[in-house]
Amino acid sequence: MEKRLPREKLIEMYRKMLRIRHFEDRIYRLFLSGTMPGTIHLSQGQEAIAVGVCANLSKDDIITGTHRSHGEALAKGVSMKSLMAELFARSNGCCKGKGGSMHVGDIDVGMLPAIAIVGGGIPVATGIALAFKMKRLDRVAVSFFGDGASNEGAFHEAINMGAIWDLPVIYVCENNLYGASTHVSKVMKLKDIANRAFSYGIPGVVVDGNDVVAVYEVARKAIDRARKGEGPTLIECKTYHIGGHSRSDPRQYRDKEEEKRWLAKDPIPRMKKKLIATNILSSEKSENIEAAIEKEIDEAIKFAQSSPSPKPEDALRDVFA
Amino acid sequence: MYLLKVKENKLRNLTVAEALREAIREEMRRDESVFCIGEDIGIKGGWGGAFTVTLGLSEEFGHERILDTPISELGIAGIAVGAALAGMRPIADVEYGDFIFLAMDQLINNAAKLRYMSAGKLKVPMVMRIPVGASGRGAQHAQSLESYFVHVPGLKVVCPSNAYDAKGLLKTAIRDDNPVMFFEHKLLYGAKGRREGIDARGEVPEEEYLLPFGVAEIKREGEDVTVVATLRMVYAALSAAEELEKRGISVEVIDPRTLTPLDLETILKSVHKTNRLIIVHEDNLTGGWGAELATRVTSEAFDWLDVPVTRIAAPDTPVPFAPIMENYFVPNSEDIVRTAASVLGKS
Repeated sequence: MEKRLPREKLIEMYRKMLRIRHFEDRIYRLFLSGTMPGTIHLSQGQEAIAVGVCANLSKDDIITGTHRSHGEALAKGVSMKSLMAELFARSNGCCKGKGGSMHVGDIDVGMLPAIAIVGGGIPVATGIALAFKMKRLDRVAVSFFGDGASNEGAFHEAINMGAIWDLPVIYVCENNLYGASTHVSKVMKLKDIANRAFSYGIPGVVVDGNDVVAVYEVARKAIDRARKGEGPTLIECKTYHIGGHSRSDPRQYRDKEEEKRWLAKDPIPRMKKKLIATNILSSEKSENIEAAIEKEIDEAIKFAQSSPSPKPEDALRDVFA
Repeated sequence: MYLLKVKENKLRNLTVAEALREAIREEMRRDESVFCIGEDIGIKGGWGGAFTVTLGLSEEFGHERILDTPISELGIAGIAVGAALAGMRPIADVEYGDFIFLAMDQLINNAAKLRYMSAGKLKVPMVMRIPVGASGRGAQHAQSLESYFVHVPGLKVVCPSNAYDAKGLLKTAIRDDNPVMFFEHKLLYGAKGRREGIDARGEVPEEEYLLPFGVAEIKREGEDVTVVATLRMVYAALSAAEELEKRGISVEVIDPRTLTPLDLETILKSVHKTNRLIIVHEDNLTGGWGAELATRVTSEAFDWLDVPVTRIAAPDTPVPFAPIMENYFVPNSEDIVRTAASVLGKS
C-alpha cells in the first residue's frame, strides 16, 4: 500500500502523528504539574485516525470532534499556538478561553468547537453535509466519535438521515474499546460497530486504526464516494487509548496483557519502523523531525504562557449574534 | 374549503396557520438558504405538518426545500443546527411541542452554545417551530414549554398570539442570526380554537412587514391593574378585561410577544401607572416565566406596587385529558376576573 503514496506524503503523515503525540505528552506533564487548568482527555495511540482521515481533507471541509480531540484539531490545521493558548485558558486561544480542552476547534480551518456530549456532533456534521449538498458545494463533513457514541440515539437518527439523503458526510468511529471504564463488549453484542452501517443501507468498513496508511486509504475511498454524491460511509477504526480515559485514570479496569498487546501496535513506532525499513526515513531525518516538533511545542508553550488571560467580563460576550 | 374562502377574502383576514405559511413562503422566495425540515411537512396528499402550516409549500419549492424527515426529533434539531452553521436558514418543525424534549441536547448544548464556545466566530440562524398548549389531547400533546427555553442563554423565545404578529415575528425569526424557539398555540392556528371561542385571525396587510423582537404590545389600555399574558392567555385576559370594565375596573393588557428578549420597559411603565400586576401563563406555576417576570418587576418597581405581584398559571400537575379537568387546569378569564377583583380589594 505504502508504495502507491509518495514518500513525502508518508513522512508528512508520520510527522503529523508524532507532532500530536509529543504535544499530548507535553500537555499531560503540564497538567500534572498544575500549570494548566481544567481537565484533559488524551488520545495517545489514536493519532493515526485523525491524521489518516484529515490528510484527505481541505480547509473547506468541516469536521466535528469530541471531548478527546486535540489530535483532530492539530491534524485539521488548528494552529498549535492557538490550541496551546486555549488549553492555558488564554484570550488568544482558538476559542478565546471559552472552549478549553473539550471544545477545541477553529472554523477558519474547518473544525467546529469539539462537541463534548457523547454522540452530539454526529447530527451536527450531518446537517453541515446537508447544507453542502443544498448549496451544491464540493465539500464534505466528517464526524469523529467513539465506540460509546454508537449506542446513542443521536448516532442512529443522524446516520439514518445522512443515508436517506445521500449526504456528503463520513462517520468515523474511533473504537478504542472503552467508554470511560466500560469495555465495549459489555455494552454491545456486535463485534464490529461498522456492521451497524448496514441497518442504514450504507457501507460500513472496519480498518486497523493504528495503521495510518490503511486509515488514509479507507477514508480516501469514503470521501471520494461522498464527493460524488453517493452518500455516507461508516468507518470503524479499531484502536486503543494508551493513557486511559482522562488525566487521573489509574486504569485498574484494564487488563495489563491487553495494554501490552496494544502498546506493541502503537501506530507511531510502527510507522517509523516501516519507513526506516523501506529507506523512506533515515534516522537522521527522524531526529530532525523530532527536534523540530519539540521546538514548535516549546514555542507554543511560550506563546501561550505569555498570552493575556481573557477579561473576567468577557464571559458575558458572544451569547447572541 | 375553508382555506379557499379566506384566500378570496379581500380583507385578508388570515388565520395564524395561513399567516405563518405566508411568512415562510415569502422568506423562501426571498432567500434560497431558507428551508423547512420536519415530519410530514411536504408529503403529497399529507397535511402540511401537524397543523397545516406548510401545506402546499412543497408544490412551489420542491421536496429538497420542504424536507420530510424520519420521526427523529433529535436528528431534525441537530441537522438544523449543522445546516445553520454551514450557511443555511432552517425552519425546523416537531409537530407537537412535547416532542421537543427528544431534541433538547441539540438545542441546548449545541444551538445555544456553539456561538459562545467559538467565541463569536459561529452563528446558528435557525428557527424551531414548537406547537404548545392544551387542546384535548392529554398529558403528552399539551404542554406549554416556553419557560424551559427562557432559562437558556443563547436562545430567543417568541410566542405570537395572533395572525398579524405570527407573520411579522416569524419573518424576523427567519432573518435572525440566532436560534429562535418559535411557540405557536394549537388553539390559535384556526378552526379548532374558534370552536372554543378563541379567534386569533387578524388582518394581515398585503405589503411586507416585519415585527421586531423585544417590543410588547399593549392590547388594551387601562388604569387599575396590568395583566401580562401570552398566546392563548391573551384572549382570556382580554375577555376578563371586558368583564371587569363592567364592574368599573380598568385593566391594561400587555402581550410581550417575545419572552427573550423581553420588553420589561413597557411592563414597568404600565405598572408605574396601575401599581398592580397580574401575570398569566398556561404553563405550570412553579418555575414558569411568570416567576422570573414577577421577580424582575418586584426588584425594579417595588415602590410602585400597591400589592404583591400575582401569578395565574396552570397548577403543578401534568395536563389532564378529560375536558372537564383540562378546563379546570388551564387558566381562564374567570380566574383573571376573580384575581383582579381581589387584587383591587373588590372581591
